[in-house]
This record gives sequence, structure tokens and C-alpha cells, in this order.
Amino acid sequence: MEGQTQARYDAEVDNLKDTELRLGLPGSDEEPKKAPKKRGLEDSSVKAPAETGPTAKAQVVGWPPVRSYRKNSIQMVKKGGDQNNEKGGMLVKVSMDGAPYLRKVDLNMYKGYRELREGLDVMFKCFPAAKDEFAVAYEDKDGDLMLVGDVPWEMFITSCKKLRIMKGNEAIGLSSSP
Amino acid sequence: MKVQSAMFYFPEEVIEHIFSFLTHHPDRNTVSTVCKAWYKIERLSRREVFVGNCYAIRPDRAAARFPGLRSLTLKGKPHFADFDLVPPDWGGLAGPWIEAMARSCPNLEELRMKRMVVSDESLELLAHAFPNFKALVLVSCEGFSTDGLAAVARSCKSLRELDLQENEIEDRGPRWLNSFPDMCTSLVSLNFACLKGEVNLKSLERLVCRSPNLKCLRLNRAVPVETLAKIMNQCPNLEDLGTGSLLADQFSEAYVSLISALQKCKKLRCLSGFWDASPLCLLAVYPICANLTGLNLSYAPTVQGQDFINLIQHCVKLLRLWVLDSVGDKGLAVVASACKELQELRVFPSDLFAAGPATVTEEGLVAISTGCPKLNSLLYFCHSMTNSALITVSKNCPNFTRFRLCILEPRKPDPATNEPLDEGFGAVVKTCKNLRRFSISGLLTDQVFYYIGKYAKALEMLSIAFAGDTDQGMTYVLNGCKNLRKLEIRDCPFGDGALLADVTKYETMRSLWMSSCDISLRGCKALATKMPSLNVEIINEWEAEMEENLNNGVAEVISNNNNKHINNGNDERKVEKLYVYRTVGGPRTDAPDFVWTL
Repeated sequence: MEGQTQARYDAEVDNLKDTELRLGLPGSDEEPKKAPKKRGLEDSSVKAPAETGPTAKAQVVGWPPVRSYRKNSIQMVKKGGDQNNEKGGMLVKVSMDGAPYLRKVDLNMYKGYRELREGLDVMFKCFPAAKDEFAVAYEDKDGDLMLVGDVPWEMFITSCKKLRIMKGNEAIGLSSSP
Repeated sequence: MKVQSAMFYFPEEVIEHIFSFLTHHPDRNTVSTVCKAWYKIERLSRREVFVGNCYAIRPDRAAARFPGLRSLTLKGKPHFADFDLVPPDWGGLAGPWIEAMARSCPNLEELRMKRMVVSDESLELLAHAFPNFKALVLVSCEGFSTDGLAAVARSCKSLRELDLQENEIEDRGPRWLNSFPDMCTSLVSLNFACLKGEVNLKSLERLVCRSPNLKCLRLNRAVPVETLAKIMNQCPNLEDLGTGSLLADQFSEAYVSLISALQKCKKLRCLSGFWDASPLCLLAVYPICANLTGLNLSYAPTVQGQDFINLIQHCVKLLRLWVLDSVGDKGLAVVASACKELQELRVFPSDLFAAGPATVTEEGLVAISTGCPKLNSLLYFCHSMTNSALITVSKNCPNFTRFRLCILEPRKPDPATNEPLDEGFGAVVKTCKNLRRFSISGLLTDQVFYYIGKYAKALEMLSIAFAGDTDQGMTYVLNGCKNLRKLEIRDCPFGDGALLADVTKYETMRSLWMSSCDISLRGCKALATKMPSLNVEIINEWEAEMEENLNNGVAEVISNNNNKHINNGNDERKVEKLYVYRTVGGPRTDAPDFVWTL
């Protein structure tokens, strides 16, 4: 949510409504144990108490406690003051086969593929589907489904429109290496 | 009339005069409770009001009580809103306050607001409603644009101070600078460093030319060195300067004029900005370093290594220093040897990931504490900390009033011993008797809270994250910290038992925030029932969205009288975010649908 204006927030909410699966009426017993969050960055905040040590390195919302204004400045500097990034994060939807709802991640918050993988790990590991081996694929500007990791990170984040976590066996067709 | 009675009779004017020596708000609040006569005298003569929580009192009531009000300070959203833990549209609206003041306090001269939502309409109203308006200070606010600023510039004829710190301002173009009156302005202080867009440089130069009283000027990144030099030539009396972008070529005219302009500013005491600063431009700054009392390099990642050392070693009178952790332990060691008068140090992270390269460690902090015994205010982001370092630091600097340490990785233990940091932070509270503000991090058990409850008697604000083991931790704090005003907790295993351990305590505090803890709806309801003088609010975004979706996306305000969610049976649900505060204003009337007042 770093640096997001109200308009951007509204747009995000609209996008989520279009694609999220519903879990049932409020108050029904089908409610998940932990209230899912609609903003991609807020996941770990709920799960953090269960994590210890190095696995907690993945993105936790509101941590470290640095004002959004300052956080945006840090990111701007990292990207060499690129005008595009000044406007806020690069939020993309992440779907996982078998998971009841989508998440969103800010690609700007990760330094490379390893951090992205760790972040997705933290976000999705509560779902039963995560027990299988999975591969991360993305949809690029042309709408093609590509395996994550082939191109340099900087190129990846500019061309990635959507992320999809697929079951390992389905991803075999995408590339020779997982 | 008996002689004794006559001795106790003072005319109102005399009492009012006596009160005028009471500058501390709590003192004035106290005298107003002595008797009706004193209440009346105090309220009519009150010139400054501080409202730490804008929902603690209705704006109309505050305005009616203090008709002679000249200066108002307001704080809105909870502190953790700075870190995106409070959803947008939560509240903290400035509009009702400005409207109430416009109706009842026409003599308003100063308005200071922090974490509030201010609209352009409100700024327009402000600009027209207060003929003597002199100072507007906005910190961490949002909701307005440069059009609002233009309205203030245009219509506040006596404006002395326009101070914008770290706000989210919609930039609608550089025209606003033209809106200041054509004739001489009364501007003393202008800070627009947080504006992200372009600035009309000619307008800026002309404005500075016709502002002979300017003492403080903080520019934004869009202002180049050429303009900076011209401006400084115009204001040799400048005391506080925020540079724009400090990028210049060696033999450029801009660089040469910068050097000569800087040398003329003999009164410069405070420097900030330094965006994109090149080593060359830093050289230009050396001659004025010896007199600096304040230096903010926290937005200048280019100033590190030897460049930083060369600069800081001249700053022998420095009282306040804000830097990035890229200066490293080595840089901090030089600070320790050069800046013997240092009182406040803030070291911000240049990289938000705990996995990044370690830049400052406990060694840097120990060096500072050894070299700067006058240090009383600290904000320090680092990758790790040891108990022995903290013990040493507190021995060296017993005068801390503000101590905030943030270890980037949550729950990280002392790397030397693998133990929690209870003893280290415990040493701080034991030694620093005047500690008012405390933020702790790293691996912490209930033990640290035992120490805080036992020793931190002057503590007013405590921030806790990823700490503690049981309800006992929070209970120690509630029971022991007699002067506690604000308690904010996130991601700690404190549950209903802790929340309800001492409910009357919350009436003595401004507010309590708990998020991602172990409290349930049942516990929050119990608190609300026992303490009607508190607003017990829970923020629950997921359920509000579910309701919206069921209505086919039609946004429906779920009023707090609609108990559909609150009373649908499952009180064991965990509460994600809780905000409790004392108030005489009753439940909020402007709460959005995801905020439920119990």
C-alpha cells in the first residue's frame, strides 16, 4: 500500500471484487479461521506470531516502522528516481491453483527472484494446495504464460502483469527447468 | 466582610494574569477544575489548546469552551497509521474542526495538525474565516492538493508560517507559488520539501525577493542548484535551509555562486534536503558546518563513506543529527568524536529488508553513547543488537527521554548469546529515570515488560511489536506505568485477559492500539460494557467487504446501530485491530463501515 492514493486504492478494490471467489455468508461456519486480507501486503501480519527466525524475513505489512513517505523515497532512489516508480508500487494479482481467493503483491518490494519466492511462500503456505510442489508462472504483456526466472529481474518486473502459482506437473510444459 | 475573605478576593484580571504564566497545558487544565470562577476565567483567557486525539471531544464543544482561542494543535489517526496499519477513509477529518473554529473562534492564528485528512475546501474555508491567521503546520496529513495551498497563500494576508512535513499532497501544478500576495509577504517560514512536482523557479525567486523576514526555507527536490544560489544571495539571514537537488558540475556557474552564497549565510544553523548530493556540493557546505546545530541527511543516500566523514567532522556544535544507516559504524564513530554536544540522533534504514547488507550495528550505537553523553533522544534502525551493548549505552547516557530501537528482523535474539533482549532494554528503563517514550524490538519475553512496569515510571508512550509470551506481559505495563498515555501493540500474544486486566487504566490514558494480537470480540465487548466513557472501536475490513459484495457491490454504509455483524453470534472471533480511547464526545458519527464502535 506504500504511496497509494485513494483512487488507486479504489481501483484495487474493484479489481479484487471482479475476480475473488467468495467463501460464504458472514457468520457461517465456512469462514476461514483467520480473516483473509484483501490487500496483498497484509498477509504476514496475521501469521507472524506463528513464524520464528529467518522465515520471517518475508514482507510484513507496516514493518519496519518507517513512514510511507520515507519508504517511497527509499524506493525511488533504488530505482534511480524512475518516474514510473514514483507513483507507487507495482501491484500484480497472484492466483494459486486450488486456493479460495487471490492475493496481490508489490513487485517493487522484492529485490529479486529469491525474495519473491519467499514472499509467495509465506503468503500461500496456509492453503492445503501448497503442500504439493508448485511452480511460479506469470502472464506477460502479450498475455503469454511464462515461467518465472528466465529473464533478468528488472526485465521481469516491467513485463509481468499477473502471477500464477501452478501445480508442479502442470508447469512442465512451460520450461525444461522448474 | 471578614478580613480573611478579603484576602482571598482577587479581581478576575489578576487571576487571569497569574494564569498567563502557566504555559504547560496540563497545568491550565488543572486550574480550570478548582472552582467555577477559575474555570470561567481560564477558559476565556485560554489562547492555546492541544487536542491529542481529535475524537476525544466534539469540535463544537472545544470551540465553545475557548472562544479566545488563537492556537490549536490537533492529532488525528493513531500513530500506527504512519505504517499503513490503518485503512484509508478511517477518519481524522479536519473539516469539522475548521468549521467549528470558523463559527466560534474567529481570532484563530495558528493551526497545527498531524495525521489528519484535510480537504481543499477546508483550506479554502480556513483562508477566509480567520483574518489574523499566521501559521499552518501540517505533518503526515493527506487529502489536499496544491490548490488548497494556493487558497491559503492567496487569502491569508498575515501568513508567517507554512510548514508541510511529509504530507501526501496531490500536485496540481506549480501555480500555487504565484498565489502569494504581490506585495511584500510576511513569510518567516516556508517548507514545501514534501511536494513531489515541479516548481516554477521564477515564481520562487520572486517570492523570496519579496519576503524580507524569511528565516526558514525548505525547498523540494525540483529546485536546482542555480536557483538555490540565487535564493541564498537574497536571504543572507536564513537560519534554516532545506536544499533542493544538490547536483552541480565542478566548473559551472551554479556551483561557484552556491559557494559564495553559502558563505554569506552566517546565521545558518539548520540544514536538510541534500537530495542527489554530489561530493562537490558537499565541499561547498563545509565552511558553514561549524555553526550547525541541526543536520538532516536522511534523504541523502549519496552522502556516505568518506564524504559523510569529511562533512560531519566539522559539525562540532551539532545538537540534532538525522542520517541513513549507510554511514555505517565508521561514520557513527566519527560523529561520536566530533559532535560532543549531540542530543538527538536518528538513524534510518536505507534498505527495508532485513536481508540486506548490515550497515550499522550495536558498535555504532555504543560509540555514539561513549562520545555523546548528552544524548537524550534516539531512533535507531539496525540489523541486530546485543544486551551488553544496550547495558553499556544506558550507563553512558542516563538522560534518555526518548529511546526507540528497531531491529529490522522481528524477534531476533542477541546474536552473541542467542538470548532475548530483556536485560538490555531492562537496563535502559532502570537507568533512564526520565524516559518518556520507548519503542522496543528483537526477541523479548514477558520479562522485559516486568522491568518496564517496575522501573519506567515516567513513561508516557510505549510501542511494542512481536514481543512477549503471555497476558502477564501487557498486565505488567498497565499496572506499573503510572504515567502511561499511549500504548500501541502489534503482533503480540496478548489476549482478553490482558485487555481486561485493568480496565479503569484506559481512562487515564489517551489511547490503546492493539493489532494482530490474541483478543476476541467477546473481550472487546466486555471492555465496552464496563467502560462507557471509552470508545472501543474495532477495524474489520474483511467483513465489511463481504457485506458490500452481498449487496452486489452497492456501497452501503453499515451504521453502528446495525448489529448484524457485531451480534451474529460468534464472539470468539479474533479481532484484527482494536483502537480504544477516552472521550467526552461519545461514539464517532463519521465512522466508516469497517469501523465498529462497540
